[in-house]
Amino acid sequence: MLCRRVIPCLDVANGRVVKGTRFVDLVDEGDPPELAERYAREGADELVFLDITAAPEGRGTLLEIVERTARRAFIPLTVGGGVRQVNEMRDVLRAGADKVSLNTAAVADPDLVTRCARRFGRQAVVVAIDARRIVVAGAGEAAGSGEPRWEVLVKGGRQPTGLDAVAWAARAADLGAGELLVTSIDRDGTQSGYDTDLLRAISRSVGIPVIASGGAASPADFVAAVRDGEADAVLAASIFHRRIHSIAAVKAAMAAAGIHVRLDRETAA
Amino acid sequence: MTRVGVVDYGAGNLVSIAQALEAVGAEVLVAARGHALRGIDGLIVPGVGAARPAMNRLRRRGLLDPILAWLADDRPYLGICLGLQLLFEGSDEDGAVTFGSLPGRSVELVGAPRLPHIGWNQVERRRPHPLFNGIADGADFYFVHSYVGTPPESERALVVAETEYGVRFPSVVARGRTTGVQFHPERSGRDGLRLLANFVASLAPAARDLRPMATAAAAGGIA
Repeated sequence: MLCRRVIPCLDVANGRVVKGTRFVDLVDEGDPPELAERYAREGADELVFLDITAAPEGRGTLLEIVERTARRAFIPLTVGGGVRQVNEMRDVLRAGADKVSLNTAAVADPDLVTRCARRFGRQAVVVAIDARRIVVAGAGEAAGSGEPRWEVLVKGGRQPTGLDAVAWAARAADLGAGELLVTSIDRDGTQSGYDTDLLRAISRSVGIPVIASGGAASPADFVAAVRDGEADAVLAASIFHRRIHSIAAVKAAMAAAGIHVRLDRETAA
Repeated sequence: MTRVGVVDYGAGNLVSIAQALEAVGAEVLVAARGHALRGIDGLIVPGVGAARPAMNRLRRRGLLDPILAWLADDRPYLGICLGLQLLFEGSDEDGAVTFGSLPGRSVELVGAPRLPHIGWNQVERRRPHPLFNGIADGADFYFVHSYVGTPPESERALVVAETEYGVRFPSVVARGRTTGVQFHPERSGRDGLRLLANFVASLAPAARDLRPMATAAAAGGIA
């Protein structure tokens, strides 16, 4: 039976892992390959690097980090941030990444998803969707149809697009995405739990795996992302960086809730 | 040091395979052209994606004939993901004709809850195989694929291990020294490295060609 995955996310700025809410109050958290190796050892099923500076001049640094990481952590690595062209994706894969995540560039140029999938296979293409719940003016849910809705934001959650997140998710899957990384901008950095309504709505509208992101505070949130959000994988950053919860503790909670996870036989036994 | 050739045809994460092999003590020779396959003890064909573009690239780079000769001689081969699927006669994904070293075809994983099949899943042995020395039965390995190489019912003996994802499918096949794994050992943590180490350990130095030794001369070269 397929295991649900637990994925630490490393936000990288200028060659260092940073923490903080995603784009402000950045605090240096260490050397990316070092942290990646630690997480691999502690039972991470996969790693995600998000280059949050994503400046073209920083590309060389990022590729060097990816290469050093691939030497030390023998688990899958997804890299996101600033890839706008097939050739840029090729460079990131050549450095040792297994997948590339496309966000702003996919919204701006949806055909990029198709071109990348055709060149490298859909399994290598992750479309990252940053979504914000649309607040209906008036009396909350009663004012709308009763069904919550979400809007896609780009440029690190700063720019609204007018796109409906569930519709964009379905389109991204049709365009050739192999996985979706769904972040709730409302929850990100707030430690108030994943937006399971958003996850479930997207999960039910696509046939590809969905990775939950944004809002993790406790192991129970990971359980909810899978059970209520129907997510295939669950991603978190700060609770792991700050050692609030270990990957093992999260997985133990998931296993106790009847969710199938990969438990390291050597450290668990 | 044992030398492993890794075929580079622009279809996959070579870096991680090369680094994983180096981590288990092998010398890696990345072969982007057919003539580069001389002087190696074992051959690894990695790859993800569709079969037809892969076959075209192998042919264009002069790699296809040396690989077919290698397989015909039953020299040590490890196919990873697409490198396993190519061993069969053809792929239903795009109708490509593939190596034909093993009977059967690559078919879509019909009955799977979601495709691609991405993530860690259990590899359950149907028979013992040295690739799994020191690895627990049912250990988790990392999969990324939508198609599976499948031998016909009459050739079930080829199946070393199976995995369940909505349906049961062969995740490891072997005949003689030709082996293939549907998962990615280079991305499967400790057990993955162990599997690669077992492959490397199985490569007898006597099988090496182009060496000034009588044993090597007797073993013959690929070219």
